[in-house]
Amino acid sequence: MSEIADKVKKIVVEHLGVEESKVTPEASFIDDLGADSLDTVELVMAFEEAFNVEIPEDAAEKITTVKDAIDYIEKQKAA
Amino acid sequence: MFRLDGKTALVTGASGGIGSAIAKILHAQGAKVVLSGTREAVIRELAEELGEGAFYAAANLSEPSEADALIAKAEEVAGAPLDILVNNAGLTRDTLALRMKDEDWNQVLNVDLAAPFRLCRATLKGMLRRRAGRIVNIASVIGTTGNAGQANYAAAKAGMVGMSKSLAQEAGSRGVTVNVVAPGFIVTPMTDVLPDAQKEKLLSSIPLARLGQPEDVASAVLYLASDEARWVTGATLHVNGGMVMA
Repeated sequence: MSEIADKVKKIVVEHLGVEESKVTPEASFIDDLGADSLDTVELVMAFEEAFNVEIPEDAAEKITTVKDAIDYIEKQKAA
Repeated sequence: MFRLDGKTALVTGASGGIGSAIAKILHAQGAKVVLSGTREAVIRELAEELGEGAFYAAANLSEPSEADALIAKAEEVAGAPLDILVNNAGLTRDTLALRMKDEDWNQVLNVDLAAPFRLCRATLKGMLRRRAGRIVNIASVIGTTGNAGQANYAAAKAGMVGMSKSLAQEAGSRGVTVNVVAPGFIVTPMTDVLPDAQKEKLLSSIPLARLGQPEDVASAVLYLASDEARWVTGATLHVNGGMVMA
């Protein structure tokens, strides 16, 4: 697993207080990990801070799973 | 009841009559209090007067960057995260609409509405994480009734009520409450200068037959800042002697 994926997972575990084993790439923040809309906003802000990237509102709306977040940040970091 | 031991509060506009009364009552109830205002000498003096557990952080809230930075600055001087934010700072630029310049409008909307929003935004971040917090925004009866010569001020204060209700909905699931205190006519240097005839007319419209004291407003703020107000959010508490019953 990439360093980014590791870090994303850690942030999700910490923020949502879920077990690490549940944070699979396919896991949806809202449907599988019990997040509400405010949690998803806070997660995006935590990602922005941790990775020093800016995630605009329209991109943030599309980040619904752990994999979405990893893919988006990897793409930003590669650019 | 209404003790605030172990809590930390920021009060903006703390050099004014209402702001200093709010700071005093929160401090008296056991909270650490950070006083903010534009006049550093005044808030420093007030902090010294209050003594232990009182701090100050000067800020010119018409500068967006200073508003953005104030929460971090307050938490730094107090050495603790904020549990209570009281947005009390405000100013007026009164004139009839026909003569109101964009500058008058923008200045009032910026300091009385945009700056409180910025402070709410910065404070909420931590409060939501900590699953606790109290925001009390000081509006005005003018936001409910309007007032000739105060289109800018009335818009800002009415806007504050709508903003607070929205934030209350956003933050409620985390145990953070956002409420408004809307004072009526309070005895301050601002109302001292009113002509006697106008004062008399004012009094006849107040069922409780006197102008308010800054402490009357501060007590309402204390209630909304306390644990006891835990099931009250998005509310506007009118403190106006019954002049307007909204």
